[in-house]
Order: sequence, then structure tokens, then C-alpha cells
Amino acid sequence: MADVVKMATREAYGKALVEAGKQNPDFVVLDADLAAATKTGTFKKEFPNRFYDCGIAEGNMMSIAAGIAATGKRVFASTFAMFAAGRAFEQVRNSIGYPHLPVIIGATHAGISVGEDGATHQCCEDIALMRTIPGMTIINPADATEAKAAVFAALELDGPCYIRFGRLALPVIFGEDYHFEVGKGVSLKDGSDVTVISTGLMVHEALKAQELLEKEGISLRVINIHTVKPLDREIVIKAAKETGAIVTAEEHSIIGGLGSAVAEVTSEECPVPVVRVGVMDTFGKSGPANDLLDLFHLRAPDIADAAKRAMKAKK
Amino acid sequence: MNLDNAEKLSLQKIACKVRMGVITGTHSAKSGHPGGSLSIADILTYLYFKEMNIDPKDPKKADRDRFVLSKGHAAPALYSVLAQRGYFDVSELETLRHIGARLQGHPDMKHIPGVDMSSGSLGQGISAACGMALSSKHFNSGFRVYTMVGDGESEEGQVWEAAMFAAAKKLDNLVCFLDYNGLQIDGTVEEVNNPAPFDEKFRAFGWNVITINGHDFDEIEKALQSARETKDRPTAIIANTVKGKGVSYMENQVSWHGAAPNDEQAETALEELRAELSALEGKE
Repeated sequence: MADVVKMATREAYGKALVEAGKQNPDFVVLDADLAAATKTGTFKKEFPNRFYDCGIAEGNMMSIAAGIAATGKRVFASTFAMFAAGRAFEQVRNSIGYPHLPVIIGATHAGISVGEDGATHQCCEDIALMRTIPGMTIINPADATEAKAAVFAALELDGPCYIRFGRLALPVIFGEDYHFEVGKGVSLKDGSDVTVISTGLMVHEALKAQELLEKEGISLRVINIHTVKPLDREIVIKAAKETGAIVTAEEHSIIGGLGSAVAEVTSEECPVPVVRVGVMDTFGKSGPANDLLDLFHLRAPDIADAAKRAMKAKK
Repeated sequence: MNLDNAEKLSLQKIACKVRMGVITGTHSAKSGHPGGSLSIADILTYLYFKEMNIDPKDPKKADRDRFVLSKGHAAPALYSVLAQRGYFDVSELETLRHIGARLQGHPDMKHIPGVDMSSGSLGQGISAACGMALSSKHFNSGFRVYTMVGDGESEEGQVWEAAMFAAAKKLDNLVCFLDYNGLQIDGTVEEVNNPAPFDEKFRAFGWNVITINGHDFDEIEKALQSARETKDRPTAIIANTVKGKGVSYMENQVSWHGAAPNDEQAETALEELRAELSALEGKE
């Protein structure tokens, strides 16, 4: 068997920016003194004149991005998720969201897999925050292939887009022929007993959970939601109707993220048990990323346990 | 180049009509911010009638000059000057802040012709103006960008983040007016958090700084000329103004920051402005 290629989605973001930049001269990239970490530095190296460092002033950067977009040009604005969605929330809402300007926010270092930097830098509430902004598209790629597809797809949108990238290197699970469409969930494994609806890094764990449960004779459907907003309601409703129980899995707070989004749809359209796997309303901690994923119960066995609980709760 | 008398008179008359629109709008809305709208009426009149390369018939023209009202609560003045300039009918000012109206409480670029940027949350407009000026330079679009910041607004840290950025990126196509009327909601700017001195602050950030009387068209013109001639640095024009300018009972009264005139007060204000307009017409 060939070695599994591993790449962080932030790495794929930097490469995709370069590739997109070669095809499209009509965008610039902004960063807030984190180009080396967000990987916009890859773009800066290739196109030094199309990269603008805004310094450590994220709110200002978001409004600057809005101004650029208001002139009919495209722009990426990058920093860590904590500062993009957190510190600059109100600039994103009022400068970008309210006028529905097509700014692409490339937010890296999302979730607890940031690792050693610890709680101040581990943003587990960005999806929740961004979901509240009308017209905001939120994409959370699961691997390098999706990350690249998201960058190209975002350039075609006519409104704002928040793309969530991670620091941790992950196996590339989708091939070059992978079909990516904004707003469309992807059914990765069919199953009939229970469904896991996963996003980002947790798609990998969901696929492993499917194997674990298969050994126990439980048929787990695995869905990948790369676009958390607008959510693919149809795929959620179909899963609720056909499997009768749902687990959500995300490297994000269980409050306000994918789990909430799914529960909102099912409770209105087809009430079934929904068990949320995610960061349990707590702050992160320092440590190696993989140890943190264990510590915060964001692993395949945690999803498998949750799936069994969801099944038990079926009427 | 100095303004000739006829030109100055013409601008003064337009500014007077712009002020009438501020009164009509806020009176009809029964809310809004007349004080800080009246203080910037002369500068907006000059920008929209003399300075900016714009075409009301083609409000989205790609290479037009841009204006961002960073102190977005002064929307009544912006709407009034846009109406006078022909972007929409003056009668629409009576729909300000009404249900279903285009004229939102704060500027909305998506629906109001001539509004280049949505604004209202203080500190953000000047940053957006920086983005526009950067875009103009980067893509060689050739347009200039103007913004209006309130004195109270400058208590927002983002104003100074933007000031640092504009100077660092040498945005000499950017002009920032600072409406120094000295009053904000809770009192004088000095009492509230003392953001002055503005000239020294902008200068320290690397800007070309000019202080003017914001109600004097000759001074406005001279300052804008200096801005156009200044290379590699953005220009800050510190405009000493009178809050409520043009309506006697509103002048320098903090209570008129965010209160609308009632029927009687509006009529008094309009009478004063009509008298001023007649006097200006008498000079022709």
C-alpha cells in the first residue's frame, strides 16, 4: 500500500492561493502578521506585490478587505480563526456581512488541534459566530483536496465566505476527481442504522467509526458536511428519515456549530435523536494536537459510543 | 485656484438646501442625528459638487471617486447631498428611517444610489476607505477616496489602526476629514475621553495634516488642493465645525446630537434656512 499523503488544510490553502493567483490577476491577499503560519506566505513569495500585511490589527483588516471588495475586486483576508471570527466579529458582520461583500476570510488554526498554544488560540466558536451572519457561507474542508476546492469555489461566490482551515496535517482522503459543490453534503458511506454527520477533521474520525461499528454489526451512514452554511437540509432530512438517529461530529463547541445546525433542521422537519460529539462547552488546553483530540473525546470510539446512544434513543 | 464669488455663492445655496433636507428627514423620521449632520453639510456639498469625479446617472461607474461616511449616523446629510446632486428625488428624504424605505438609519450601499459603503458602526468606515484607496492604487484604477470621521468616533482604536495602515501603505489618494465639532453623546469630547489633539496625532502617524474652518469653502478647497499635491502620504483635514450649524437653537447643543425636531422646531429651523437662502439669492 502506498504511503498516505498528509497535508494540513492551511498548507493546501497557501498552495491553492498561488494556483488561483496564476489564473486570476484580480485578487489580492491580506494577512495580519501571521503569513508564515496561515500559509498566505506561500502566496506572498510567489506574488509579493499582491500581498498586503495589515499588521496586528484584525478588525482593521476586515474593514479594509470590505473596502477592496466594495470596489469590485476580490480579496482574501487571513488570520487565525480566533481573531478572524472572534476579535473581528463585528467588522465581519457590519463591514462585510451587512453589505454582502464577496470577501473570502481564510481562517486558519481553528479548533483545539492548534495544540500547544492553548486555549487563547484554540477557537471552538467560530462556526457558531459566523452562522449568525445573514448571507455568510461557511466552508470547513476535511482535507487538502477540499481545501483547494473551497478556495476556487469561494472565488465564484457573490457574497462573503468564511473558510476554516486547520494546523494539523491530515491524510488526503479525496482524490483529484472529487466533486465539490458549495452547499451540498457528501455521503461517504451508506448505512441504515444511524448516521454520523461530520465536518472538517472529524470526517476522518467518522470514517474510522464506521469501520468500528461495522465489526459490531451496526450500519453507520457517514456524511461529510463541508459547507456548514448554507446547510444541505435535504441530506440531513433524508438521513433522519432513513436511519432514524443522528450523531454530529465537529472539532468545535457543541454549542452553535454543525451539531446545532443539524438539530435545528431535524427538530423542525423530522425529529429524531441527535447526539453531538464536539468540544463540550469548555476551553481548550495546551498539548500535542493528537493528545488533545483524545483528551477532548474527539475520536472514532467517541463517535461510535454516541452512535449507539443515538440508536438506543430511537422510538 | 480660488473659488470665484458666483461659485462660492452657488455652493452656499446648495449647502443651505442640504441642511433643509437634514431637517426634513430627521423631522419626518422622528429620530436621527441632526447635529453632526449639519456640521458636515458644507464639506459634503463641496465634495459632491466640486471635488469628486462622479456621475449621478451612473452611480456605480468603476473609476468614480468614493466617499465613505465613517460617522455613519450623519446619514441625513449624506442622503440630502445625494438628493441635491440628483441621485434620487429630494422628496424621498421624507421617507428617512421609515418602514420599507431605502433610506436606512445608517448608510446602506446595497440599496441607496450614490452610497459607496455601508457604515454606521464607528471606526470601520475609515478602514474601508483605506481598502478602497489601496484597491485604486493596486489595480491602477485612478480614483480618489474621501472619508469623514467624527471627533468622538476617533475614540475607537480602529481609527488609529487605519491611520497607521494608510500612512504605511502611502495612500496619497486618501483624504480623511475629521469633523471636530467638539461634542458627542455624553458631553464634550474633552470631558468624555479627550481624543485631541488630532493634528499632532495624525502627523505622528505620518499623515499630511491641514486644519481648516469646515464651513469655509475657500479653506476646504485649499486643503483638498494640498491633498492632491501631496505624494506618498494620506491627508487628514481637521475641520473645526459647529455642531448643529445653520439652525440657531441647535448650534453647539449636545442635546441635538441624536434628537429630531418636532413640528414646531422643524418649522422654525426651516424658516431660518429659507431666510438664509433668500439672503444668498439676494447677493446674486
